Amino acid sequence: MAKDVVCGMEVDNDSPYQSTYKDKTFKFCSENCKTKFDENPEKYVAKHQDSPATYQITTNGIENIQLPIVDMQCASCATTIEKELRKLQGIKKAVVNGATQNAYVEYERSEVSVSKIIDSIKKSGYRTGYAKLRLHISGMHCNSCVSQIEEELEGISGILSASVDLGTEAALVKYIPSKVDYPALKNIIERMGYQVTEISRKNDETISDPQNTVGASTDQVDSEPIDENEQARNREYKSLMWKFIFSAVISIPVMIFSYPDFLGLPEQFQRGTDLLYWIWFSMGVVTLPVMFWAGSHFYTGAWAAFKNRSANMHTLIAVGVTAAWLYSTVAVLFPEIFPTEALAEVFYDVTAVVVALVNLGLALEIRAKGRSSEAIKKLMGLQAKTARVVRDGKEQDIPVEEVVLDDIIVVRPGDKIPVDGEIVEGSSAIDESMITGESIPVEKYAGDEVIGATINKTGSFKFKATKVGKDTALSQIVQMVEEAQSSKPPIQRVVDKVSGYFVPAVIILAIASFVVWYLVGPAPALIYALVVAVTVLIIACPCALGLATPISLMVGVGKGAENGILIRSGEALETAQKLDAIVLDKTGTITEGKPSLTDIITVNDFTEDQVLSWSASVERASEHPLGEAIIRGAEDRSITLSDPKNFNAIPGHGVEAEVDGRKVLLGNIKMMRDNGIDTGSLLDKSTKLADEGKTPMFVAIDGKAAGIVAVADTVKADSKEAIAQLKKMGLEVVMITGDNQRTANAIAKQVGVDRVLAEVLPEDKALNVQKLQNEGKRVAMVGDGINDAPALAQADIGLAIGTGTDVAIEASDITLIKGSLKGVVLAIQLSKATMRNIKQNLFGAFAYNTAGLPVAAGLLYPFFGILLSPLIAAAAMAFSSVTVVTNANRLRKFQPKYSKANK
Amino acid sequence: MTLDEIFVLIGGILLIALVVWYFWFSSSEGTRVQSTSGGLQEALIKVKGGYSPNVIVVEAGKPVRLNFLREETAACSEQVIFSDFGKQATLTPHKTISVEFTPDTPGEYEFQCAMGMLRGKLIVE
Repeated sequence: MAKDVVCGMEVDNDSPYQSTYKDKTFKFCSENCKTKFDENPEKYVAKHQDSPATYQITTNGIENIQLPIVDMQCASCATTIEKELRKLQGIKKAVVNGATQNAYVEYERSEVSVSKIIDSIKKSGYRTGYAKLRLHISGMHCNSCVSQIEEELEGISGILSASVDLGTEAALVKYIPSKVDYPALKNIIERMGYQVTEISRKNDETISDPQNTVGASTDQVDSEPIDENEQARNREYKSLMWKFIFSAVISIPVMIFSYPDFLGLPEQFQRGTDLLYWIWFSMGVVTLPVMFWAGSHFYTGAWAAFKNRSANMHTLIAVGVTAAWLYSTVAVLFPEIFPTEALAEVFYDVTAVVVALVNLGLALEIRAKGRSSEAIKKLMGLQAKTARVVRDGKEQDIPVEEVVLDDIIVVRPGDKIPVDGEIVEGSSAIDESMITGESIPVEKYAGDEVIGATINKTGSFKFKATKVGKDTALSQIVQMVEEAQSSKPPIQRVVDKVSGYFVPAVIILAIASFVVWYLVGPAPALIYALVVAVTVLIIACPCALGLATPISLMVGVGKGAENGILIRSGEALETAQKLDAIVLDKTGTITEGKPSLTDIITVNDFTEDQVLSWSASVERASEHPLGEAIIRGAEDRSITLSDPKNFNAIPGHGVEAEVDGRKVLLGNIKMMRDNGIDTGSLLDKSTKLADEGKTPMFVAIDGKAAGIVAVADTVKADSKEAIAQLKKMGLEVVMITGDNQRTANAIAKQVGVDRVLAEVLPEDKALNVQKLQNEGKRVAMVGDGINDAPALAQADIGLAIGTGTDVAIEASDITLIKGSLKGVVLAIQLSKATMRNIKQNLFGAFAYNTAGLPVAAGLLYPFFGILLSPLIAAAAMAFSSVTVVTNANRLRKFQPKYSKANK
Repeated sequence: MTLDEIFVLIGGILLIALVVWYFWFSSSEGTRVQSTSGGLQEALIKVKGGYSPNVIVVEAGKPVRLNFLREETAACSEQVIFSDFGKQATLTPHKTISVEFTPDTPGEYEFQCAMGMLRGKLIVE
């Protein structure tokens, strides 16, 4: 049977209505269909052969769709959406992943449509994301072409809507990027006989204005994403700098004429002259724009805070600056109201200089803060832009957002790997330093995991995408780092309490100082009282206090991420630097976690290669992990293996088989005894191997002892060094394992661990951690994060090690992407460095305020005659917060002491 | 003590009392968030030198979406941090940026800008 491509009917193969097009014969049900076909064969062939979208239709009509959901940030939102979706008819499966912000829906195509699914998501309060594409189509002449294209496009799964405008020759297509892509769309339209000439694409989140996409550019796929926040920051920096320059320029003459006697100006500028009066008057006028333009943010900020019954830095500056200006203006306009002439003093310089300096301080702070967040920007910038995928047997470059699960992606030398996946073909050395912090490229073969954003060095390979979009290790790392940076270490809670009361307290201090100086201060009391009150307001720096912890945390956590260490919260950071004991899981943490061949011992004139070759050949038939280790050992020595015959596994004893016509026995001493084999001197050797923590297996050939092959879980290369380093830091290092005491002791001796907890059942690991905690110790647990999850959660700090792309392990407080124990050392060092930095900052900020405020209030005046000028106060205030940020930025230079010693 | 000195003394004390009362002992009314039919509690918070409204009352166990609209470029308010929920958002000026989470435990939670200058409170009932 064949299919009529025009009407879709089944037709007999010997149908009289046949037509040949491009070397292919098409059969039709009637003359009518044949004529239609002959008129425009392209149209039907296109429809018939083309499968542009990457959606999957299974035989029973069930389809999968992956819909991005916008603005979904909580786990419970996921359940809300799922519930709503499941209400629909024809939904087979609906899973909403909160982390990836995607809904995966399996549905019966005949019962429900994509648009219904989208409506249902909308009903649950969320919006679905889709991409918009504006195509310019030429060759359209009539309205029927329009509806034809629209119908054609809308019939394709993954296209949500298509509207074609004849007037502008444009089509606006809303589509789901994972299901359709630009080449497919282009293909469809071109096969209908039109040309797609121009395109603009926008990955837009919502239904919002289609006008956005007007203004097409030639074949341009997503321009560089512009960081709007970065732009805003730059604009703010520039605007602050201009405001600084403006107020600084005004400040100079204002300062000069504020102190005519002090600076020794000519006679005509001295106090009491008309000229100086008019100069002062104009100073009052020119400082107005300084206050209300250059300093406008102080007023708006202060007012907004005031409305909310709170006060902040802006309040202090605004009040101080305004008080100085008002007093001066009264002094200029109504000098007669003051009892003595000396009181008719002006302080316009305070207004101008304070605004100038504080603006400069804020501008510098923005610059410095930009550097503090560099780590996360760097991480986000790692994302590859395009991927070279194989679709329909062709390689094509597509934007990385369009890569879907199970896509096969081609990576050439020098390419950036776009998403996470598993190598299916080829091998290469891959530079993973940007994710793991490990500078040496890693060799990878088929079956190995590759991480998105890492760089392929030498070979070409193909890999299957296993994690895309927000699931990739990189996206999760970015998310985790952001989360950690927004958390608060416990130390900050104290600061928070203080800073809540700080600003009002400063205002009260200013008022109190004014009163005291007015009552008991030297003459002219009003002037002194005013200057002191303004100085108190200006010198207080709540910013430095509030900034101290978060800025260091941001730099420290970012630095960790650069080195493959993901610190999940500020609390983890604070705990990690005051640990007493560290528990290391043996398997997979201290050791590689998989056995490998360690020793071959031969007797009776057999060679090592013979013994290995035969035992490995026997093991080919077994599936035991120890057997695999032997086979790998043989392969590493390039020994050719034969196929075993008559294979027989004897549980609890070993295996036997015939290899190359010889009978080979491989097993324990019991097996040898049962078969009457004299093991002779081998027995002692096997005991020795077992004492070293290895698993020895006897080999006998044709009833004669041939030797021993031993396998063991080998210790990672740098475990010993790392453990020594941990001990040097004053930590008690404990090893925990389910293995027997003998094996455990052997490994412990190798790596230098003193305390061993052996024969611990997996479920009892947490209990053992708790026992250590009951000794009054703060305990860290290092494990793989899967089997050790309860123990990780029980410990004061849980470190999950060697997680590859599974970075978001719930139970862990710190995740180490790389498998080395060195990461543990580094994590502790970094925590220490960060906490030290935070303490420095807090000390600095507290010391500054506790010393600065009393001095500003004039506490030193009765004893030493020292009184601060408000101008000095402004400078000190402006630079105190810059100092805090700069100190935090010193952390960026943090170098792991460890790796330095090894380089 | 002269008359003006008495004046200044009493004025100062009154002013201090006013500051104490205004900033510490008077509390502003919280804004109760209406929930939509889908159970989502959504509120718009304007950011300009502070958060308005700065006290937001929501119900526990229902998802909350707070839309922040930053109407200034002053760098101070660039970030909003909900440390109790591990959420932060960088507020792009003149754009609505949403923060979403579900508060499960009733209580009072603070949110603030990066330096703790601007503060708001989320009351979960």
